[in-house]
Amino acid sequence: MEFETVIGLEVHCELATRTKIFCSCLNEFGGEPNTHCCPVCLGMPGALPVMNRAAVEMAVKAGLALNCQIAKFSKFDRKNYFYPDLPKSYQTSQYEYPICLKGHVDLDVNGEPRRIGITRIHLEEDAGKLVHGEYGGTMLDLNRGGVPLIEIVTEPDLRSAEEARVFLEKLKADLSYIEVSDCKMEQGSLRCDVNVSVRPVGQKEFGTRCELKNINSFKAVVRAIEYERDRQIDLIEDGEEIKQETRRWDDVKGVSLVMRSKEDAMDYRYFPCPDLVPIVLSDEDIERAKREMPELPDVKKARYVRELALPEYDAGVITGDKSLAAFFDRCVALFPNAKMISNWIMGDVLKKAKEYENGFDDMKLDAGAFTDMLKALDAGKISAGGAKTVLDELLTGTGKSVGQIIEEKKLAQISDTGAILKIVTEVLDANPQSVAELKAGKDKVMAFLMGQVMRASKGKANPQTVNELIRAEIKNR
Amino acid sequence: MDIKEVEATARLAKIELNEKDKERIADDLQRMIDYVKQLQQIDTDGVEPTSHVVALQNVLREDVPAESLPRESFLPQAPDASDEGFVIPSVIE
Repeated sequence: MEFETVIGLEVHCELATRTKIFCSCLNEFGGEPNTHCCPVCLGMPGALPVMNRAAVEMAVKAGLALNCQIAKFSKFDRKNYFYPDLPKSYQTSQYEYPICLKGHVDLDVNGEPRRIGITRIHLEEDAGKLVHGEYGGTMLDLNRGGVPLIEIVTEPDLRSAEEARVFLEKLKADLSYIEVSDCKMEQGSLRCDVNVSVRPVGQKEFGTRCELKNINSFKAVVRAIEYERDRQIDLIEDGEEIKQETRRWDDVKGVSLVMRSKEDAMDYRYFPCPDLVPIVLSDEDIERAKREMPELPDVKKARYVRELALPEYDAGVITGDKSLAAFFDRCVALFPNAKMISNWIMGDVLKKAKEYENGFDDMKLDAGAFTDMLKALDAGKISAGGAKTVLDELLTGTGKSVGQIIEEKKLAQISDTGAILKIVTEVLDANPQSVAELKAGKDKVMAFLMGQVMRASKGKANPQTVNELIRAEIKNR
Repeated sequence: MDIKEVEATARLAKIELNEKDKERIADDLQRMIDYVKQLQQIDTDGVEPTSHVVALQNVLREDVPAESLPRESFLPQAPDASDEGFVIPSVIE
């Protein structure tokens, strides 16, 4: 029997505010344990939360980026459960009236367009972090407690592990573009739970789903979904029933294990949070947020292809990374040869970026210096090889200008026709045999003569000029 | 309110009850529910649900950091703590 996989995601994304969602403690990754805490985020009795304006604005932006309807009325509820990372024994979240509803994300999955529905986006607070295995028990760090989160819930529209990966990549690109989150899965600022079910191809009803938790990388998302799909198909083919349950993904062992069954499913007893008042947004608020939205990657990519004539693939790679796209935009403003800039980025720049821990971001390549190098190359002042040397030097971060580097490394090509002509004449005088052969149409000799001139100029003559001058000079002989 | 519902409620609240308590509490809770149930007699068709008892909205704070508490001030209040954090029994769900 052929099976179809049905996947829905719940993505938690930490917002890049300066402070926490309900108090003025720092929202900052790292930091000594329990140094970003106050009565509000410690859950002290009597402490009152106050909503962070920036978190509301970021949630609205995220909603706009995912084509959601922005709710003019939203409010907070308490989600009750006991877990030691939650000091109040409830998480302040949004239940009935989330801040964004009904959106969609358009994907390109191996050339095929796919639209994935977004059910809702709601605001909530993050829990603390449990550090296991120290102090003979577990240590609780509440720095992360109260960090603003948005939870993005998709419709069960994804049909393969690959689609889920492409969706998450897109989500990450969009959310980092609009600067609402840095979306670093390895630092936990983007986390994702996956709902998976399978059904025979052609069947309309969904199969029984399982929820997978503890997935910490895009690779793990793919592996976890594929494992879960195979597990469910095996069960069905063995005539067994799939139980609705929550499972924990173990990425080291590559298996998922039962966390809790449907019978033990949590009853969160949501109720309205009396400490926080509703958020009411006017049409004007929403219009202003729309105006403040930066250009999203898809739009930017289309523009690069349309206006700058970049190949689709190159435009996709450059717009896929916000800082790379910003760098490209700065370069184009300084030097209008977009194709040349793109070629160098796609080639040498990205190749070198791989040597850095955080890729391009860590390179600290200055657009001004980079385009100075390209201008020198374009004007024939340096050779392509010389340009690569300049780029290497720029990346050492000594702050030297391109002009200084060219001079110090003696990279300047001689484009001065007079100087080159002098060498050409000398070389031709010294090789009458070759001149005769060339005049007789033996074009192979050209390479030899070029080589002689380049050697005499210590490699600095502009090859284009040398070529032209030899050909012109031959005619006169 | 039967014993099963009392047990489920106790489990959610993480409290232990003996058999005698369960019966007494079932009885108590039933009376409370009956009392509150009177509200259901009121016709609320067309009445918007109350979201908050005070008529305020958009009480927002600017995203500006303020000083946090020194951890030495609150960690010692916990039943168990190290210099850096709260120490709790090992939990692996």
